[in-house]
Amino acid sequence: MTLNGWLQILIFCGIVLALVRPLGGYMTRVFAGERTLLSPLLSPIERGLLALAGPAAREEQHWTAYAVSLLLFNLFGVVLLYALLRLQGLLPYNPAGMGAVGPELSFNTAVSFVTNTNWQNYGGESTLSYLTQMLGLTVQNFVSAATGMAIAIGLIRGFSRASARAIGNFWTDMLRATLHILLPLCIVLTLVYVALGVPQTLGPYIEATTLEGARQTIALGPVASQLAIKMLGTNGGGFFNANSAHPFENPDNLSNLLQMVSIFAIGAAFTNVFGRMVGNPRQGWAILSAMGILFLIGVGVVYAAEASGNPLLQSLHLAGGNMEGKEARFGIAMSSLFAVITTAASCGAVNGMLGSFTALGGLVPLINMQLGEVIVGGVGAGFYGIVLFIIIAVFVAGLMVGRTPEYLGKKIEAKEMKMAVLAVLCLPLAMLVLVAISSVMPSAVASIGTAGPHGFSEILYAYTSAAANNGSAFGGLSGNTPWYNVTLGLGMLMGRFLVIVPALAIAGALVAKKTVPASAGTFPTDGPLFVGLLVGTIVIVGGLTFFPALALGPVVEHLVAVAGETF
Amino acid sequence: MSQAQSVSILDRRILLPAVGAAFRKLDPRTLARNPVMFVVATVSALTTLLFLRDLARGGPDLGFSFQINLWLWFTVLFANFAEAVAEGRGKAQADSLRKARTETEAKRLTSATGRDYERVPGTSLKVGDLVLVEAGDIIPSDGEVIEGVASVNEAAITGESAPVIRESGGDRSAVTGGTEVLSDWIRVRITAAAGATFLDRMISLVEGAERQKTPNEIALNILLAGMTLIFVLATATIPSFAAYAGGSIPVIVLVALFVTLIPTTIGALLSAIGIAGMDRLVRFNVLAMSGRAVEAAGDIDTLLLDKTGTITLGNRQATSFRPLKGVTEQALADAAQLASLADETPEGRSVVVLAKEKYAIRARDMASLKAIFVPFTAQTRMSGVDLEGSSIRKGAVEAVLAAVAGQADGAAVKELRAIADEIAKTGGTPLAVSRDGRLLGVIALKDIVKGGIRERFAELRRMGIRTVMITGDNPITAAAIAAEAGVDDFLAQATPENKLELIREEQAKGKLVAMCGDGTNDAPALAQADVGVAMNTGTVAAREAGNMVDLDSDPTKLIEIVEIGKQLLMTRGALTTFSIANDIAKYFAIIPAMFLTFYPQLGVLNVMGLATPQSAILSAIIFNALIIIALIPLSLKGVAYRPVGAGALLSRNLLIYGLGGILVPFVGIKAIDLLVTAIGLA
Repeated sequence: MTLNGWLQILIFCGIVLALVRPLGGYMTRVFAGERTLLSPLLSPIERGLLALAGPAAREEQHWTAYAVSLLLFNLFGVVLLYALLRLQGLLPYNPAGMGAVGPELSFNTAVSFVTNTNWQNYGGESTLSYLTQMLGLTVQNFVSAATGMAIAIGLIRGFSRASARAIGNFWTDMLRATLHILLPLCIVLTLVYVALGVPQTLGPYIEATTLEGARQTIALGPVASQLAIKMLGTNGGGFFNANSAHPFENPDNLSNLLQMVSIFAIGAAFTNVFGRMVGNPRQGWAILSAMGILFLIGVGVVYAAEASGNPLLQSLHLAGGNMEGKEARFGIAMSSLFAVITTAASCGAVNGMLGSFTALGGLVPLINMQLGEVIVGGVGAGFYGIVLFIIIAVFVAGLMVGRTPEYLGKKIEAKEMKMAVLAVLCLPLAMLVLVAISSVMPSAVASIGTAGPHGFSEILYAYTSAAANNGSAFGGLSGNTPWYNVTLGLGMLMGRFLVIVPALAIAGALVAKKTVPASAGTFPTDGPLFVGLLVGTIVIVGGLTFFPALALGPVVEHLVAVAGETF
Repeated sequence: MSQAQSVSILDRRILLPAVGAAFRKLDPRTLARNPVMFVVATVSALTTLLFLRDLARGGPDLGFSFQINLWLWFTVLFANFAEAVAEGRGKAQADSLRKARTETEAKRLTSATGRDYERVPGTSLKVGDLVLVEAGDIIPSDGEVIEGVASVNEAAITGESAPVIRESGGDRSAVTGGTEVLSDWIRVRITAAAGATFLDRMISLVEGAERQKTPNEIALNILLAGMTLIFVLATATIPSFAAYAGGSIPVIVLVALFVTLIPTTIGALLSAIGIAGMDRLVRFNVLAMSGRAVEAAGDIDTLLLDKTGTITLGNRQATSFRPLKGVTEQALADAAQLASLADETPEGRSVVVLAKEKYAIRARDMASLKAIFVPFTAQTRMSGVDLEGSSIRKGAVEAVLAAVAGQADGAAVKELRAIADEIAKTGGTPLAVSRDGRLLGVIALKDIVKGGIRERFAELRRMGIRTVMITGDNPITAAAIAAEAGVDDFLAQATPENKLELIREEQAKGKLVAMCGDGTNDAPALAQADVGVAMNTGTVAAREAGNMVDLDSDPTKLIEIVEIGKQLLMTRGALTTFSIANDIAKYFAIIPAMFLTFYPQLGVLNVMGLATPQSAILSAIIFNALIIIALIPLSLKGVAYRPVGAGALLSRNLLIYGLGGILVPFVGIKAIDLLVTAIGLA
């Protein structure tokens, strides 16, 4: 580890923190329907679209109506994207002449992009037409992110409103998230990326002759526009197969920093939106602190592990950090930081090969996802994820102040508990059960790229990434088989909707409750004590479930490597 | 029932039957009430079958699996035992109550007015029957005195042997079946049929027969069931992970890991904590009609306390007579005394005494004066006498002024108000006196605030509870006493209506309100309050409306009731935290032992340095079972509550039960491992 490395990490943290308040304030006003700087330009569009959609798009909804709207919208998205993938050979904007995508891969890809996962069992430049990339993937990149934001806002209203019935309108919330937040930021970011050298063209691939005289096809496309939303919406699906390690998708350190900041910007700002909406910004900062602690621990572990290098190579007196699978233009510090950010948030974009990280360097991304991606997390998704943990933390520890549990004046009772437990339960269900089946199924085991514990980590990582809706791949595993396409798709659906519906149910239960005023007997949730409690709960409740699996994967891999053995 | 009679936790009379009960509770229907323990019993049954199969076939490691099986069953039995001990303490109290419920003979009156009666068995009485109870008789069932006055020994239910007075009318008209009339006679209307009396209800409450899961317990059970399911997933998937690595894991080891990971500690002690909470109230001579009420007590935000008897000493004393201009002190004292002759309240008596001592006016006989007593009511807020051709009234200033409105001249009203204000400002209570519509002057009464009450209120404030003093006094007097006593707020000139209004207002703000009361006019407020404590001396209506009854009729107990409620919730939270925090150490004990055969490198995780894989697993499961026994006293006694504010309380408890929960099993499992290895069990 170097001072320079840590300085770069701190600069990143500083920028994210500086953005929290202005972005949080802007988002709060947007979701409240208040006037903002961009209102003169955007509000007429918003009003026009809502008028076109009819009154149902504006009326306040009970949580069930909110959830049904959301599920229908997502179902429509899956069907549309599936159709687009199957029919792309017949459609325009296909200069490379890409044919129809297979049914299992189309299912996997459609689910993947609608659930904000962006797991890619295909290489973009060798499978998809420009139209599919733009109309299919990029559109879903926007609306899947906006869906997550809408859920988070609905849940926040559960706390900020009292004795009410409705939690907002899904269509309005989603439209506002897209139109006022994602779109303007993406336009700016796209232009910046183009300035930094990222291609944005509908022209065909370029044929080039190399110095040795060999012919090479250089893939191009509308990269910058997809790159902007891929990061900002924590989608992570790369235009190119190599994702943000590709020089056209991440040309230099400035674009790298910009991408990392975009991943965290909206997720971190959501804690501020929450604080503002419940009338106490400190509540938001407390949540962000808990996220920050877990994040910095993760960064420290990965950076230390990568900087100290591969124990096997060191036993051969090959000093230096682990540069395998990393881009030289980013180096160890920025590759480690990127890996932690992309898995802490539900992004999944990568600027290096995670499978080539050291065992401990690969352990942290796994844990980040297994905790439910609550360390900042996906846009909106990270916030409602951490609220589930807050509910459990407050329930258990809140009793210890001698009152029945409450959070921000809302009593946590059987219904909230039932829903929180259901949501927390779905991750181990989707991750562990599918891994358990795949790790003993010969055809599934045949897909792995490395023998021994690392191969196990490949399977574990794939399902963890799918269920957590992350989408980053460990590498090594050949996932484009019917089995993996279908089961990973199922994992994504479970990890997304088995959390969303309970989260909205909690919002519906909370919004109906009175707000109990705080007193000296109320457990304060805006101080260091709460932060510590939340961190402890996330680690123990969220993490311990995966201890046996992790012990058999990265942990044993590390111990074996230290002992100088290989498989 | 009193403190002296209560039974200690380690009493042999409780422990021995509890051992038997622990086995009886293995009945699946009983176990099914507790999801965590039901799961443990199910997997124990499964592994026992596997063990028997291996025994028949001669499988490997029989001694080891026998021991694991044994400790799995101990885990269930210890949980049953904890519940049985908690119930046992209630049973001991129920038994002493049952002695009071002896078969009685009742003297059922045959007419509504006469004293003719027929002797019938007490059990045959119906609601509405009239009975006569004379000196030496046991009151056959709950009822209301409709005529007469008697001294009654209620030791059977309160443990207090000093007799109490029960009389018709007013707030001391309720009598309880099983208590004994010591002197005089009363005519009682029966209000409860056999089997539904107060005593019957008390017995079933302390026995825990009617115990329902409280809302918070239900929510906690959901969490525990959810965690159990999560660990089902975590352990059931291990065999295929191991198969990938080329190893296999015996079922008994998986079960051992599973049972140690699921929250057995809190699962085992949860119902014991609930029963013990009710029991703690009972030993405090307070009966909670439901566990829900005890839980609500912990959440109380606002405490409504009657001034008289709670904040001040019951007896307000008359200290001076303050006549208006043109009235002599003698005349005022005379009228005041006449108005108070039949007034049996301490205030009334103190007026008679003051008039006698200071002005030598001898108390007269009501009958010889042909005086008709006009009693005090909460609506008129006045009392007095009607003599031949003359009527005297005394009461709250506003009430008397309202009564003489139009008759008294403005100057007198103004003067009276000035005097009253002057008295009120010093914390005294002014009582206006009028005769035939003419204002005479004011009696000054003085309240004496109880010693130490100020500190109690400061303590409540630190607990986050707001205290509101309820008083019939005028606002100025109330403010002076409120300031002296240190309450947060007061409701002056309280009527049953505005008391109810106040409770509703607080509740609308999302607050939980506790109050106590004894009169029939308190009943609506008692029913409205989240915790309504009725005094045992109170009327039947009050006792029915409240969700707790204080057998000692001591309103200051509200404070302790809140503490007991908080203690109950804290104990639940502390043991849940402890139980979950324990998992870390258990993983470190079992995971390396489990995978050692195919990944010896994982031995590094054996941070406790446990001797062998078998001793590690055995030690973990033994620790898991023994910790239940070790925590029974804590779950029955409760975690100590300190009024230090929520933040300080939480950090203290997190340190003890959270951090302690992480560290203790490391030490415990290591110690057990040393012992297990030393005596050669594994």
